[in-house]
Amino acid sequence: MTIPLPPSGGGAVSAETAPGTPGAAGPGTSDEDRGVSLWRGAFRRLRRNPTAIVGAVIVLAFILVALLAPLLTGYEPGAAQDAGEITPSSVPGPSEDHWLGLDSFGSDLWTQLVYGARQSLIYGVVSTAIGLAVGTAMGALAGGFGAVGGRVGQWVDTAVMRVVDIWLSIPSLLLAVSIAAILTQSAYAVMIAIGAAQVPIFARLLRGSMLAQGRSDYVLAASALGLRKRRIVMSHVLPNSVGPTIVQATLNLATAIIEVAALSYLGLGTADPAVAEWGRMLVAAQDRFDESPQLAIYPGVAIAITALGFTLFGEALREALDPRTRR
Amino acid sequence: MLRFVLRRLGLLVPVLIGLSVLLFAWVRALPGDPARALLGERATPEAVERVRAAYGFDDPLWQQYFRYVGSLLRGDFGASVRDGRPVVDTFLEKFPATAELGIAALLIAVIVGVPLGYLAARNQGRALDTFVVSGSLLGVATPVFFLAILLKLVFSTWLGWLPSSLRQDVTIDATHITNFYVLDGILTREWDAAINAVAHLVLPSIALATIPLAIIVRITRASVAEVMNEDFVRTAESKGLSAGVVSRRHVLRNALLPVVTTIGLQAGLLFSGAVLTETVFGLQGIGQYLFESIGRRDYPVLQGYILFIAIIYSLINLLVDLAYGVIDPRVRVS
Repeated sequence: MTIPLPPSGGGAVSAETAPGTPGAAGPGTSDEDRGVSLWRGAFRRLRRNPTAIVGAVIVLAFILVALLAPLLTGYEPGAAQDAGEITPSSVPGPSEDHWLGLDSFGSDLWTQLVYGARQSLIYGVVSTAIGLAVGTAMGALAGGFGAVGGRVGQWVDTAVMRVVDIWLSIPSLLLAVSIAAILTQSAYAVMIAIGAAQVPIFARLLRGSMLAQGRSDYVLAASALGLRKRRIVMSHVLPNSVGPTIVQATLNLATAIIEVAALSYLGLGTADPAVAEWGRMLVAAQDRFDESPQLAIYPGVAIAITALGFTLFGEALREALDPRTRR
Repeated sequence: MLRFVLRRLGLLVPVLIGLSVLLFAWVRALPGDPARALLGERATPEAVERVRAAYGFDDPLWQQYFRYVGSLLRGDFGASVRDGRPVVDTFLEKFPATAELGIAALLIAVIVGVPLGYLAARNQGRALDTFVVSGSLLGVATPVFFLAILLKLVFSTWLGWLPSSLRQDVTIDATHITNFYVLDGILTREWDAAINAVAHLVLPSIALATIPLAIIVRITRASVAEVMNEDFVRTAESKGLSAGVVSRRHVLRNALLPVVTTIGLQAGLLFSGAVLTETVFGLQGIGQYLFESIGRRDYPVLQGYILFIAIIYSLINLLVDLAYGVIDPRVRVS
């Protein structure tokens, strides 16, 4: 699914431009002085989109909670509070000292949740960054050479994409599990594992949009003007192709946060009890699910809301960057 | 068409070769001695020596690789460290449970998703559309295992409507031919067994269907909306074709192309979700077995299962490509 983007002058596409003709974005020679730039136009559209606002608010709140965790709670994560009150059939509910009560290990549930946000943010961002870095490098290599064409270009493109095909033929969770198994249990293993599963997505996406850009009229114009191929790829094709990748990165943050929880749920996350992690909270809550469902519901809802925030924002960004779906 | 099929099959070869290299390298990259990794931690030194000699871990790597590929070609995928059972056997025994779950989930996702997406596109901007779109966004954001736990709590523990674990009640004495429990029940005309197996599938498949459902809804909606703006639809409408004919022959057929691709892409996602769903509902499929094997570092099982799953996944993608070729004649030519 590639979203063809117009050259940088594209933000100026007016409403009367027929849908489905993003190439008609004015003279392809680009540049900021004609009209609004693509990104500024996108930002304007984002501000007017309620979906984007809701998404941005959730994402901001999540980041703030993660950053300010120590200020939001007086307790340490993983520290047992009143372990004596915990019985096999019940955990203490909300009280003045503990807003949401205690979890099955006797830690303050609110503290665990707040510090869990921190873990999710770090894991999500780092693993997506790994996937993004490796994936875009591979995608740019394939797409760049593919857009240049010729025998060598074709060959490099095919070779890289075969690797991506193999990569994609392993379901992401399995890939993550295999990698986590090699790297022994650690936080880095989880990040690398989840990042690795994202690599082929970014590689395919960037290559696709670069090839699409390579076929557009402004590239033809640039090469007719005698520009060197490397320059066309680096300063025209590549910059105009990153939009979908950025959108995908936002959406992948949501998936990464869910997958971190999933790996923890499968027992592959960090084993350190002092680290609060939403996925592990869910596992621990399962044994007491019938009597104390809140232990599972809070972290579960926290994961869902955070993922929803990134998804909403990513979708809105996609819409804002795509001139065809503008309202 | 035949040439298209053959060429597409030919593309599988490099993928399989690449996979075998990866899996070969994977066991050798595991921390510690590969023989020990294959045998588990409590292996005796003699056993380790035996495996070292049998696998020839001291030979040059390329020799080891060709021996590995040779054993794969002979159908020897090793045996589980845990119970000594050949990897192929357990896979064949457990795969039907996962396939049943995956097929049920995909059916739900397609049967509910395509019409919902179509309706949303037809009613763009209205309440129905907003509802469907926000619902699908929420569906993507909810972790499968969390939804599975919730469904289990509400419909099984609280309401007691549906069973919460296993594939069939243990009290039911069912004959199993294919290990696809629903199919077995139908084949043997043991209707109570079939119905019971379906009841056991309801909650897990709903949990597993949510994400593919949400994605299919969104793709269908976007695709239908795009096609509805096409010139040929306007032409079809203005030449007086009935709304039904335009919807079916012009809008839907063209709009379904990306939907079919998406359905194929869900296979991998379904699998990842199946591991989690099976774990929550104790369905004893390959997902749950894999999960247990991860915990016990049962590498032969992991190695074999990853290979099988990747092959099945590639075959599904192949089928999708072929379906694509059937729906869209242009694909065959290019």
